[in-house]
Amino acid sequence: MPPPRTRGKGLRHRLAELRGPETQAKALDARALAALAANPGCRRRAILDGAGVNKAALASALGSPSVFGQSQFAFVRGNAFEAKVKADGGTELLRLAHEKLDRGAEPPAEARVPDLTAQGPEGRTGRTELALREAAAEPGVWTLLDHPMLALDVAGSPAFLEPDAVVVHPDGSWTVVEIKSFPMLDGAADPAKVGAAARQAAVYVLALERVAERLDPPPRVRHRVLLVCPKDFSNLPTASAVDVRKQRAVTARQLARLTRIEEIADTLPEGICFSPELPAEQLEQAVEAVPATYAPECLSACELAFHCRDRSRAAGAVTSLGRPVRAELGGLTTVGDVLAAARGEAGDPDDPAVAALRRAAALRAEALASAAEREVAGCR
Amino acid sequence: MSLISTLARLEAVDTGRAQPAATVRHRHLSERPLVFVPLITAGEAGAPLGALVGTDRDAPRLLVVPQPRDRELRFAFLADLADVVLPYVDGFADAVEAAERSETDPETGKRVKVEVELCADAPQLIVPSRAGVDLVRLLGRSMRFRRTAEQDPETPFPAPPRVPLLGRWLTHFGERARVPGSCLLLAMTDVLGRHWATGQSTLEDQHLGALLAWIDPPEGRSGAEAAQEAELARDDDGQLVCPPAGPATDPAFDNKLLAPAIERYDRARTALAAAEDGVEADDRLGALTAAEREIHALVESRTRPTWDAVWRGLDLLRELPEGARVEERWTRDRWSFTSHRDRVAAGEPPQPRRDDAVTAANKLAAREREQARLEAQEALDDPLVMAARRLSGEAFAGEVVDVVMAYSESKRPSPRPLVTVRTDDRPHLGERVKAYRSLGGKPQTAEFVEFAAGPEDGLLVLRIMDKMGRGKEPKPGSVPEKGDRLCFTLFEHEPRGGAKLPDPEETPWTHGGPPGEEPAPEPADPVTEEDVL
Amino acid sequence: MTAPVEETVFDPGSAAARATDAILHDTLHGAARGVVVDSPPGAGKSTLVVRAALELAEAGRPLMVVAQTNAQVDDLVLRLAEKNPDLPVGRLHSSDSDPYDKALDGLDQVRTSAKAADLAGLPVVLSTAAKWAHVKNVEPWRHAIVDEAYQMRSDALLAVAGLFERALFVGDPGQLDPFSIVGAEQWAGLSYDPSGSAVTTLLAHNPDLPQHRLPVSWRLPASAAPLVSDAFYPFTPFRSGTDHGDRALTLAVPSDGSSPDRVIDEAAESGWGLLELPARHTPRTDPEAVGAVARVVRRLLDRGGAAVSERSPDPTPLTADRVAVGTAHRDQAAAIRAALADLGVPDVTVDTANRLQGREYDVTVVLHPLSGRPDATAFHLETGRLCVLASRHRHACIVVCREGVTDLLDDYPSTEPVQLGTLVKFPDGWEANHAVLSHLAEHRVRWRP
Repeated sequence: MPPPRTRGKGLRHRLAELRGPETQAKALDARALAALAANPGCRRRAILDGAGVNKAALASALGSPSVFGQSQFAFVRGNAFEAKVKADGGTELLRLAHEKLDRGAEPPAEARVPDLTAQGPEGRTGRTELALREAAAEPGVWTLLDHPMLALDVAGSPAFLEPDAVVVHPDGSWTVVEIKSFPMLDGAADPAKVGAAARQAAVYVLALERVAERLDPPPRVRHRVLLVCPKDFSNLPTASAVDVRKQRAVTARQLARLTRIEEIADTLPEGICFSPELPAEQLEQAVEAVPATYAPECLSACELAFHCRDRSRAAGAVTSLGRPVRAELGGLTTVGDVLAAARGEAGDPDDPAVAALRRAAALRAEALASAAEREVAGCR
Repeated sequence: MSLISTLARLEAVDTGRAQPAATVRHRHLSERPLVFVPLITAGEAGAPLGALVGTDRDAPRLLVVPQPRDRELRFAFLADLADVVLPYVDGFADAVEAAERSETDPETGKRVKVEVELCADAPQLIVPSRAGVDLVRLLGRSMRFRRTAEQDPETPFPAPPRVPLLGRWLTHFGERARVPGSCLLLAMTDVLGRHWATGQSTLEDQHLGALLAWIDPPEGRSGAEAAQEAELARDDDGQLVCPPAGPATDPAFDNKLLAPAIERYDRARTALAAAEDGVEADDRLGALTAAEREIHALVESRTRPTWDAVWRGLDLLRELPEGARVEERWTRDRWSFTSHRDRVAAGEPPQPRRDDAVTAANKLAAREREQARLEAQEALDDPLVMAARRLSGEAFAGEVVDVVMAYSESKRPSPRPLVTVRTDDRPHLGERVKAYRSLGGKPQTAEFVEFAAGPEDGLLVLRIMDKMGRGKEPKPGSVPEKGDRLCFTLFEHEPRGGAKLPDPEETPWTHGGPPGEEPAPEPADPVTEEDVL
Repeated sequence: MTAPVEETVFDPGSAAARATDAILHDTLHGAARGVVVDSPPGAGKSTLVVRAALELAEAGRPLMVVAQTNAQVDDLVLRLAEKNPDLPVGRLHSSDSDPYDKALDGLDQVRTSAKAADLAGLPVVLSTAAKWAHVKNVEPWRHAIVDEAYQMRSDALLAVAGLFERALFVGDPGQLDPFSIVGAEQWAGLSYDPSGSAVTTLLAHNPDLPQHRLPVSWRLPASAAPLVSDAFYPFTPFRSGTDHGDRALTLAVPSDGSSPDRVIDEAAESGWGLLELPARHTPRTDPEAVGAVARVVRRLLDRGGAAVSERSPDPTPLTADRVAVGTAHRDQAAAIRAALADLGVPDVTVDTANRLQGREYDVTVVLHPLSGRPDATAFHLETGRLCVLASRHRHACIVVCREGVTDLLDDYPSTEPVQLGTLVKFPDGWEANHAVLSHLAEHRVRWRP
């Protein structure tokens, strides 16, 4: 259930306080979405991303800098590829959209490419919406929106999103376009990267649906997005339609749940602030005030992961060894408790987790002893 | 994850050192493996930056592409790589032993034994990590369709014949690596991770330096500290002290060291091209050589630590005794090598881009069979692996407490002795569930009859079914005796072969029907205008 | 809520008959080489297979039947024999010991053999896909029926498809998908991906084949069909063959007020019951949950349950053979069996979802796959697993679960890889789980020990 409007305003103010005075909120970028996907249950991540805190700066201020960086080779290559895809009024891009998504339509010949430049994110969002309205008013042609800007309400604050492109089909429907520089080799691509692109595109689909709702009649936002990548070992573009219905459903639910950050914010002591300008000690306390659910998957998704890993290890959490490790341990959550239970020093022997641990420990000891015996025998 | 391996990881946290996950070595290690430590350029599909490669740990061959976007230089790198890899591979092609294989006689349709060659040994490629295996596949794919001048005099960038050949071999290595338990191409992190449990997650185990730090930490330091340092420590220049095992490089290295060096190289090259006379050219050639040397040094500085780490990993693995059934699986690798050698010799075309329906189904069946074989063999070879199967109820060990002779109810009664085993294990048994024990390396079958008392008492009555000879009295030693300690598995020791699939020409209508006439040879990848990948 | 007036009265009997007629018409007289039939739980798939087999045999078309397990094959042989005792039937079996149900030996018209040649000329020959794959060099059959085709892997169909000219493919798309024990990613996106389902491959290569579905579940009661249909068959909805009030579950012994009794009453009344234990992370064989399942079963039998249904106007006693317990894991099933034995209930079927596929009971008690888990995994979220567990009953289904599964689902990482060119499998296990849980929440009884 959406929070009452008035509280939403209060929350916005509260989040600004958490972010620190004068600090611009960081947009919900691809990295934040990846972190959300990797660990939707982490309250620390939820509040920091919800408040638009720059987690990379925060991690550095905490003394556990994130390791994400981009090679300039990849950067240059990515930009060059995107430029190539969109060159010449987006001819190639629209050809791919026609071929992969909408063969029944007229091939794109005279496409409209409206100018979307405007001041600031709000201005650009308004300009994008206007362009979409205009396209809806005059259907029957292909329209390419190059780097449109969309806004999505995330926990009471608008998050600005910038898809690579949006295509308006002659039938008035809209398609999200993602341009990535990983290759499609013989028609296949790295499934992890395609998955990340699909989740990113799903957010854009949700944001476009908000825009569509405001139009009458509301245009259809297609749930198959166009993923454009270099073909094989070349830099020639190729594309594939990706069905993002699943990712859209999951993300919609996760974003709806982001309203929970209000609950989280309410549990924080007054005066807490995550501004990277603050001394490390104070920041450490602030971060500790929100519980994290660290798992190794965070390392490749969240800027704060190394800080959380240190804490998780120091607390002896078994999850720091991986989520699956917990599966058979029941209520035992720390390395010390598990080992004590396995060694018979603690734990209720009627608890099946404890009983299984003891059997496992006995079988392991027996196996290692028999191997040692064999080794001794082998020496003779 | 089995509780046994979970415990091993927790013990590793507790002791600060990796704990055994195996008591024998489950993978074959060649006496002369070829180690390959490649680096690639960020953002490009399979654009090599350089590599260390070779069989001598003290003298690796350094190969470098000073400007990875330059097609000529990339192709020269691949040709140089072929010069190292192919002689190594060929070195195993000629020493053969005679072997037999069943084949279908084309005239009679019967299965007949034919005498064939089997290479006495096979090459073994070792890369640092799983990403290295993927790169081997990618390089194979990028090379095997290249055209030589002989094939196509018009081709704009003809490849020396050894380049497509290397592509075919790397493709073969890459495909073989998908077969469970195969050892023609190994990733060091996988092999180490199979044998040791560290105090970190399997994701973090993908970092070769961190993994080794847990297995063999430096004097006086814990695995956790050493691993964290291997992962994160940077020098004053902001560079990782332990560079990633590749093939991807650290962005800080790319941006701070490599990019400026490549820029200097490019400038020197442009300057040389613009030289107006011999003297100027000589000078500028010197500058170019210096710039090139600088990139060589950079690539070597990022690959050499990994190169040494791979060899250290090999040392550690060699300390483990080889599992009893490893040799048998290596023989399958030798068959694989031999048959690819024969395909190349017979002039068959390179592996297609995509498997046809029958080939894909055959490969999947073979891999499932090998997975079952690997799981069974590792358990039989290693009490620690068997312990996990016992814990999960798929095997049990115990002492024979009673043997009663009994016979089958047929015209010629055969021995079917009833054996009572006392065990603390809790196998998933039901009426007539089959159990197998290893008797002289061969599986002997038993059937579960009943619990002698309640299921809690651990007294199992089994009926021995086979391997007792043809006579009325069982062969000596073929029936367990009172006091024997035995281990039975509920899984079969030898996977059963599946049914033969139709030939590709007989692909049924449900799967697209037979392929068209003579399949056209796979086209080469088109060469694009720009000189970038 | 009132029913929309414009909707004509749905007559399940004639809807099902129309579907069956169309299927048989396409099978016997159609031009297409294949006919695909989707059959939701309890929609009369076996009846259809038997009827199609008899009609094909009558039309003089030599028929082979492919099923996936020996039990399925034996079941079909027995049903055929029951329907037409004069029809000679061949049962092709493996050369293992005990390869088929001994009951077949008592039937004169059934010939059994491990060699296809011995059965040549019989109007109908039945076997498993695995055994058929070994049959070589024979004249192809005019017709085949492939049963449980959605549980058959593409490579298994490849191995047998050369044996027949045309085929009727029947199966339930909502149950557990086939799987492979090794990675098969390299073929993802190929139309003939060997690890995919036989139907996926078949339709990718033959998109114009007629596809039918059986529109009525005769098993699921009116209380269950809408939920199961919406959650697991969003694109191929089905209805219940019976209406609210056609079936009733009564209990002779009144409730003692305990939570097992209260959840039994709730389920008897509404068709669903959720017995919710307090949130706690537990190992798979959570003793409290296992004990709660056993208690519920014990009370079900003790309270003199009786089922009234369209099958018989007289109440049928709810005996142990009409009740089943479903779990996700074998060790959970074993623990529940032991707990039931302790309570003196030896005869109730307790099995995993995989083994309960295709079976039917009056009442089922299900230990929720995610109950007490510290983490959800793809295995536990698999749609087919929950679908099987939630669709075995004719009267009522009682789910035993710890609180906190909704949060567990919400915390589940959504980092699934995506393979280009593959069809997205719908519904998503994550969403289906949410749908089932929110429905169950309306029938919640909290556990009081």
